[in-house]
Parts: sequence; C-alpha cells; structure tokens
Amino acid sequence: MTNAVRKEIMPGVFLTSFRTKKFKTGLLSMNLLTPLKAASASKNAMLPSVLRRGTARYPDMEQLSAALDSLYGAQIESVVRKKGEVQCVGFVSSFIDEALTPGQEKLLEPVADLLGELLLSPATRNGRFYTEYVEGEKNNLKDRIRAIVNDKRQYADKRLVELMCREEDYSVDKLGSEEAASAVSGQKLFEQYNRLLASSRLELFYSGSASPERVEGAMLYALESLPRPGATEPVDTAVKKAAPEEPQVVTESMDVTQGKLAIGFRLGGRGAPDYPAQTLFHTAYGGTSTSKLFLNVREKLSLCYFASSALHRSKGILTVSSGIEFKNYEKARDEILAQLKAIQEGKLEDWELEAAKRSVVNAMRSTLDSQTRMEDFYLGQALEELPYGPMEFAAQIEKVTAEEIRRAAEAARLDTIYFLRGPDKGGE
Amino acid sequence: MEKRYSRLGETVERITLGNGLTIYAVPKPEYSKSYALFATHYGGIDMRFRLGDRWMDTPAGVAHFLEHKMFDTKDGNALQELAKGGASPNAFTGSDMTAYYFDSTERFENNLRIMLDFVSVPYFTPESVQKEQGIIGQEIRMIEDDPNWCVYTNLSRALYENHPIRATVAGTVESIAGITAETLYDCHKAFYNPSNMVLCVMGNFEPDNIFRLAEEILPKEGLGEIQRDYGKTESPNAYQERIETRMEVSTPIFLMGYKDSPRPEGKEGLRRTLTARLACDLLFGDSSPLYADLYSKGLINRNFGGDYEAIAGGAFIAVGGESKDPDAVREAILAEARRVGREGLDKERFERTRKASFGNRLRALNSFDGTCVQMAEFHFLKADYFDFPEIFDAITARDAEEYIAETIQPEKTAVSIVKPKESEPQ
Repeated sequence: MTNAVRKEIMPGVFLTSFRTKKFKTGLLSMNLLTPLKAASASKNAMLPSVLRRGTARYPDMEQLSAALDSLYGAQIESVVRKKGEVQCVGFVSSFIDEALTPGQEKLLEPVADLLGELLLSPATRNGRFYTEYVEGEKNNLKDRIRAIVNDKRQYADKRLVELMCREEDYSVDKLGSEEAASAVSGQKLFEQYNRLLASSRLELFYSGSASPERVEGAMLYALESLPRPGATEPVDTAVKKAAPEEPQVVTESMDVTQGKLAIGFRLGGRGAPDYPAQTLFHTAYGGTSTSKLFLNVREKLSLCYFASSALHRSKGILTVSSGIEFKNYEKARDEILAQLKAIQEGKLEDWELEAAKRSVVNAMRSTLDSQTRMEDFYLGQALEELPYGPMEFAAQIEKVTAEEIRRAAEAARLDTIYFLRGPDKGGE
Repeated sequence: MEKRYSRLGETVERITLGNGLTIYAVPKPEYSKSYALFATHYGGIDMRFRLGDRWMDTPAGVAHFLEHKMFDTKDGNALQELAKGGASPNAFTGSDMTAYYFDSTERFENNLRIMLDFVSVPYFTPESVQKEQGIIGQEIRMIEDDPNWCVYTNLSRALYENHPIRATVAGTVESIAGITAETLYDCHKAFYNPSNMVLCVMGNFEPDNIFRLAEEILPKEGLGEIQRDYGKTESPNAYQERIETRMEVSTPIFLMGYKDSPRPEGKEGLRRTLTARLACDLLFGDSSPLYADLYSKGLINRNFGGDYEAIAGGAFIAVGGESKDPDAVREAILAEARRVGREGLDKERFERTRKASFGNRLRALNSFDGTCVQMAEFHFLKADYFDFPEIFDAITARDAEEYIAETIQPEKTAVSIVKPKESEPQ
C-alpha cells in the first residue's frame, strides 16, 4: 500500500525513502539513535546545535545561512527527540522541489552534502569544537531547560513523568538537566561526538520527488567519511514497571492563577500488538474533542479549560493533563478517574467508538499528506522495527472491537497524581 | 472561473455566489485529505459597528465568545457530528477574522455540509451563554498566565492609544460577563452574513460539488459591507515607549514593535505585506549580519524572530524572543536600520534573501490551513494571495531600504518586556 523503501546503505546506516511528487518540497533528515541516559542526555542534546553553528567550509552561521539562502531558502534544523527510552538527535532539512525553481536547479545533492558536512566536518580548532560555540549552545540549552517552566501545562506533564518513572531512564528529559548541561566541557562533548559517530545507528529519511536510488547515491557520497569500525549500539525501551499498590500523590505550588492536574497510568500489555487497542482507548478517553474527558470534565461539568490524554506507546504509559481552578482539584480528579472506570466497565457507546476510529484513521491517512509527520512516524517505526506504514496501522485500527478497547482500559493502573497549585494554601 | 498559477503549480477555481460569498477551491487530487476554512471578516477589534440604522457598542471578547457558541446546535453539538465523519474541527478568533475549519480524509462533502450549516444557523440560550462564561473565564485565566500572550498584549497597548487592538481578543472575565444571547444574535446577524465571509477549500474534491453545496445550504441573501469604527485616527508614532511586567519566567521575554501606517487594500496591500516581510528577513532574519552578531554575543537565541502584522486600522513590525538584555537588542536593531538607510543593502545579499524568501513562501503552500488562512486574509483585503510571485519579482532593494528606513525609527518603537520575578526574602 505504501511506497516507502528501507535499506541499510552503509553499516548501521538506514535510509527510508518515500517517493512522491505531491509536495512543494523535499524533506531529508538524519538522526543518530542512542540510549536515553541521565549521564549523556544533555551532551547529546547539545550536539546538533553545536554542529549547526558551522562547518569546515562554512565556519559561522552567517556563511551557513547564506549557503542555505542560495539554495532557495533550504532549511536545516537541529532536532532532539525522545522516543521511549531512546534519544534521537540530528537534523531535518527541507528544500523546495526542483521543478519549481526557475532553472530546474539541482537541490537534493547540495543539501545532502551540507547535511554530511554538518555531521562529519564541523568547524574545529586544534581538533576541538570552537569554544565559543560550545559555551554558547550550553547556555542556550540551559535556557531551554529553564524555559520549560514558562509553559505550565508542559511543566506539569514533565514533572509527572519525572516522578512516575523516577527509577527508570524514561524520567530523563530529552534535553537532560540543567546540572548535566552545566558540566559539559568542550572535550567531553567532542569525545561523545566521536562515540556517537562510530557506534550509533543512523536513520535517514527522505520524502520528495527524487528516486530512492538518487537519494541513496547522494547520501552515500555525503557520508563517505563516516567511520563505522564495528557494530552499532542497540537501542530499545526497557521493561515496563507495574504501578505501585498505593498511587503516589505529589502537590507542588507555584505562582500561577490556574492549577494543573496531571495523572499517570501504567498500561501493561504486550507492546506493539496492543498499540491499536491502546491507541483507541486513549483516543476515546481523552484524545479528541469528542472524548469522554473533553465532553464530561470540560463541557458537561465545566471543571476545566482543557483535559486530554497522551499515549506514550513504547513505554506503555498514559498521561492525563488538565487545567483547573485550585478548588476543583478533588472534583476534577474524581471525574477523570470516573471516566476511566466507565470505559473499563464497557460504557463506550457505538458513536464514541466510531468517532475514535474515524479520528485515528483520519490522522493516519493524513500523515501521508505531511512530510514532517511522515518523517516522525517512520522514525518511530524504525526504532521499534515495525515494518508497516500509516495505512496499515489504519487498517489494524478498523478491526479493533469494543471489547478489546475495554480490556486495554481495564489494564490501566493509576500510578501517580501530580497537582501544581497556586501559592496560597487556603485556596480562594 | 478557473485560474492557473504556473509558477506555483496550482489551479484555483473561484466563484462568487448570489449572496455575496466568495469560494476559492484548490484541487489537490494526489492528497488523501481535504481541508475547508469558513471565515468571517470579524474579530476582536470589531467592537463598534452599524447594524441597520443603529451603531452598536459591544463588550470586548464577543467574537471569540461567538466562535465558542457556534458549535452548539439545536440538536446538540456540531463537534460530535463532525467527529462521526472523521473530521477534526476547530476554530480560531483573531483580531479581524474568525475562522472555522476541519480536514478529513473521508466524507468531506458531508462534513462540509455540517460545518456550513452550524456556522450559519445560530442557536443560543441564556443557560448556554452562562455556562460558556465559566469555560471562557478559565481560558482567559490560562492565557493570562502565558508570558508570550502578555508580552504581545502589552506591546499592542504600548503602540496604540485608541485602537481596539488594546482590548484582547478573548476579552476579560468582567467584559464577557456583559454578553447575552441577544448580543450574540446581533453580532451573528451583522458579521456572519455570506457577503462578509469567504470559504476556502483545498484537497481531493470536485469543485462544482462544493459550489453547489454552498449554494444549497447558505442563506440566499447577504447584507453587503458592514461599517465599523476603530476609534480616532492613530498618531504615526508609538503611544508609549515601553511596558514592563514581571511573571514567573526564567529569562526576560521581549517584543519590540515598530508602528507602520495602516495597510492599503488590493494589490498594493499584498505588495506592502511582501515588502515588509522581506525587510524583516533582510534586517533580522537568520542569515542577516545583525542576527549573527546578536546570536554570537549571546543576546538572542534561536527563538528570535520577527514579522509584519496588519489589522484593519493598523500595522506594525513585531520582533522578539528571549534575551538577558532586551535594550541592547533594541539599540542594535535601530543602529542597523540607520546603517541600512545610510549605506543601502548589499546587492548580493538582497538577491539571495529574496530567493530564500520566495522559497519559504513556496514551502508554506504545503500547508493547507496556512494557505487557506492567507487566501482568506487577502480576500478580505480585496487581493489575491496567489499573485505573490509576480509582485515579489518586482520588489527592489531600494523598496526594502526605504521601508526599513521609514519604519524602524526610535519614535515608532515600543518595547514590551516580561521579566522574571525577583525572589523575595521570606
């Protein structure tokens, strides 16, 4: 059904190529995959930003940007993602389709070359990254970590995962921590860089009008000097812990006018075979504007402005996030749990099941209409070595029964409740 | 009427119905999804307007309130209807536009029918209005905690003395308390009439079917143009130099505004927009010397950026981000603008930046929602967004230099800063 072609083009280097002429642009990405660990997360997160500062040929941002501008505003962004207990660091580039340039200029090869240079020929002085780039990006990383608190919803969700998974690598943020970032030195970063180049799996993704053969040729040329001395380090997401007997309840206070309530559940299950049922459970529970949380906690009881769930599928966790008035804490918590209980008891109406299915099927089908979503989807699939595309997942979704959703919900165990409230202990 | 835009690789079918509604249809048969945006030329700033022979004054936040309430139908809620058809509907209210949109990969025409129907048929009760006051009250509380919202709101208050942009789109808990079902019916009647609206569709469909559907469902007559009042004519200069506030943020967040005259209508308006955006790219875009200098000094990070913003009765350049020293950034921008005015732009850099700007506009066409919003915005301005390649070609370095020299001036500058809270000893 899909025309994604996947191939190991060099030892530990995989290219997923998706040929299509429907976009105005081509997208080309490369990501190094490495285990998510507290000790290395900040170093890894800093790396693409430091590399993005300059290459041997274009040693500063102004020259690099000028080169990109000349390629009709090609974009190369550094990216850091967390997928399960794997940290993915690298670059995503986007450039306009050659057919739309006035002279049908070649853009794929020059962009591939630039990506190769960013990864393999950074601007160096005495065999090290420029100190000012390392220090600058270290400060930027620390600012980004500190800025998480600016968005209280995101902050509460992050605190929940930290508390809930405190004994697991999953608690590590994709950016690591401020302390770890402060401790990164130029030398340590350069060592980590060489370690990743030599031993991390490299995932390449392309979507655009060029043939897979042409993309492979361009990437082989661009990555010619990649050192690959041995086997690549395996990456996966560890065993799922069970929820505690008594849920963990944590309340923290901050100067906010609206409270944030975040609740985490462990889903158990067998991993990938359960994804379709778990996805539908999450969608019907809190994934859309027709979900139980939205319709009941928000619409019917007006207890909050938002209430939604998120599925962390490879870790087997479901989190609920909501914004409430402080005084509504108990009411909102009870209602969120009551709605879960309803699904566990099979109280899911036909239209709710159908709406959840239509929402997921629609999301999967439209994944093929967006290059960035496709890239992210296939990176996730590559990580878990799942060989199917969005349309195949949509087909699996169609087959899920109400009973399978009920069982997925029934397996959910309350693990942690986190409440971020305002400074006054007395409430109103 | 079908028009082919060969430089964009797009075809647009455009029609204006008897009731005054214009429809833009962009067929994209290779996609599985289709997208529809149904927008009214009505937003947060349209608080005073004429309905029949009466001038109406409405509280801040009605357009946004109305957007929330439109999803209610006599039989329940349109969200659920659309969700059954696999559509994920949503809406937004801006300063001068309210838009309803969805995309779906299945049953598109049926979903479109539902959307056109619920947006054109109002159904409000005193109870439902009261309930919504609770929900929107929460939403307002939430955005009041958002430093980016605060920094923007304060900037518009610093730039403008009278313009209704000073009142926020959502209003306040107090202002929305004054909204009744009757207010909503009046505003719906005035602004949700087809001649004040536009329908933009993009995706996998047959345009004729869309036109027929709209003709069948929507009211047969429009009210024509609605007169609005945006207050006294504004001074060309910023009203206040700066507004500062403190919130729980880690680094100071800032937004600088440079007041421009209101945007003209028609092709000239599109030209002004493209010139202003190109000027932004040239002055402080990623590849500008100023950006490189500020970044290397640690005065800005990758969040730094700016754009041209235009609403009826006002326009400005807004540029901002996070910085330890926003005033140093302010001075550097003014100094660079003076230099450009004096020495002119490097010609090679101008051509390169124009190439990149053009590439970025092409890239933006990948996004159906972004493209439909642009089509609607320029439709309300009486221009055709897809004319941009030709207009872009005609912009010279001289045009950009003049724009920068005239707009980026100290007396037109306002600064809005959100600083971290000082830790108080207990």
